[in-house]
Amino acid sequence: MSPLDAGTVSSGFERFPTMDILLQQIINGLTTGSVYAVVALGYTMVYGVIQLINFAHGEVVMIGAMVAFSVITSLAGSGLPPLAIVLAGVMAAVPACMLMGYLLERVAYRPLRHAPRLAPLITAIGMSIILQHLALLVWGRNPLAFPQIIDNQVFGIGGAAISSVQIAIILMSLAMMAGLSWFVYRTRFGIAIRATAENVHIAGLMGVNANRVIAATFVIGAGLGAVAGVMYGSYYGIAHYTMGFSLGLKAFSAAVLGGIGNIAGAMLGGILLGLVEALGTGYVGEFTDLCHWPVAHGWLSERCADGGNFVLFGSNYQDVFAFLMLILVLVFRPSGLLGERVSERA
Amino acid sequence: MAQALLEVLNLHVHYGGIAAVKGISLAVEQGEMVCMIGANGAGKTSALKALARMIPSRGEIRYGNQRIDALQSHELIAKGLALVPEGRGVFARLTVAENLLMGAYHRHDANGIAADLERVYDLLPRLLERRTQVAGTLSGGEQQMLAIGRALMGRPKLLLLDEPSMGLAPLMVQKVFEVVRRIAAEGVTILLVEQNARLALEVCSRGYVMESGSITLADSSAALLADSRVRTAYLGE
Repeated sequence: MSPLDAGTVSSGFERFPTMDILLQQIINGLTTGSVYAVVALGYTMVYGVIQLINFAHGEVVMIGAMVAFSVITSLAGSGLPPLAIVLAGVMAAVPACMLMGYLLERVAYRPLRHAPRLAPLITAIGMSIILQHLALLVWGRNPLAFPQIIDNQVFGIGGAAISSVQIAIILMSLAMMAGLSWFVYRTRFGIAIRATAENVHIAGLMGVNANRVIAATFVIGAGLGAVAGVMYGSYYGIAHYTMGFSLGLKAFSAAVLGGIGNIAGAMLGGILLGLVEALGTGYVGEFTDLCHWPVAHGWLSERCADGGNFVLFGSNYQDVFAFLMLILVLVFRPSGLLGERVSERA
Repeated sequence: MAQALLEVLNLHVHYGGIAAVKGISLAVEQGEMVCMIGANGAGKTSALKALARMIPSRGEIRYGNQRIDALQSHELIAKGLALVPEGRGVFARLTVAENLLMGAYHRHDANGIAADLERVYDLLPRLLERRTQVAGTLSGGEQQMLAIGRALMGRPKLLLLDEPSMGLAPLMVQKVFEVVRRIAAEGVTILLVEQNARLALEVCSRGYVMESGSITLADSSAALLADSRVRTAYLGE
């Protein structure tokens, strides 16, 4: 048998990850994915209505985490039940972020509503930098550790582990997504939002005040983002003034993946991106470990002996997967998985 | 002259440096059905859009006893002024029922809305069959019916109709105009813009002729149908 035979290859993969690792990565992916999905909704709703990519949305999410951090830390020693403290953090973060979303639209974007599209885009990036540095001034440059006030129980399922925080994040995200879907598809104002997204002038003829709808999409997106920020912060146990950047960029990728402007697409894209990222991170080390490949000769085989490894790409490549996926989508399906906008514009 | 529901004085519309409407004046009385005919590019659509405050304009627009030229378009429907725009403007991704509900967006009388929905489905049974369908999947004629039905859901006093016959098969045009006639018979005042001059003059009592931004003729439909200039320019005789 030559070294490249299928049999040899499969025997080379003896240390291949087992089912429990697969399940574990799926659980982890669902957790981060549902956070991405909730953040992505903020991008996609605003884009759907005014075709603006609100690059400051990630920063709004960060501020949500920061506000919650402050409230939770200051209440941590108060003797209140832990769940009530976390809830208080969320209750403070949500209105703070909603106000911020409203102000962003009012102060930064509305005056540029009829400007060339590049102007609000640059403003968005500017707002993102301003918010980051405001947070830097208020909360400092060091990562802030979320106090672990809730006893994080871990449950075993099928060889994998799922924590109560993960369960809470997934359930909470699903509830928010269901709530938003109900709002957008079943209520009068929700129909008006979709009508405005389709044609702001005609919606105006129906008596829809476009300014109100646009402001509402910012406020709703920011409120969802606030909760996402708290979830993200408590999942990783850390909040930092730069956390909104990569989280925002990934959520934006998720929105593009699903088809930006499409609400169901943002949800699908977020979950999918979380899964791809978790599975990619979980397996990239195994797949790129040259000791698993039938090329282990000479010095490499010495290194591989006794369970050694030679990993080309480790889990520190985590962030690559989201953006790799974004690039692939932009190349092969620019309108996204559920997107339709591009063809409709023709 | 009876009380005019709509009165326009010296209306101008510019796109950049180009004048689309050059100081037109017109009046529509309560309960009347009036048309504005003219060639493509004469400024008819621009005039209607200005009346519905979708584009900026100069000049005075009075509706009821109020000047509306300083209002925004979303403030008009509550006053009873509705526009069915050129090219229909249905919300393609919304269902037929959702489109109709959007027409009643400014209203808060749930019972009245439900009753009007029944009324529109009675008037336009095709919409009832397709109510759960996304409007983008309707035929052109059905979309026109939907656009008209949606405007009716707002209980308009004055209906501005922009080229309802555009792009429709002759049989469908007849149907659309039949519906328009019935709406007029219910007491809704109508200002109709049409390129199909014969059809428009046949259903309306009066007409304005618009040419390169100005109103050049204004008379009863019968007189316009008999006018030699109208006959050569717009009736193809």
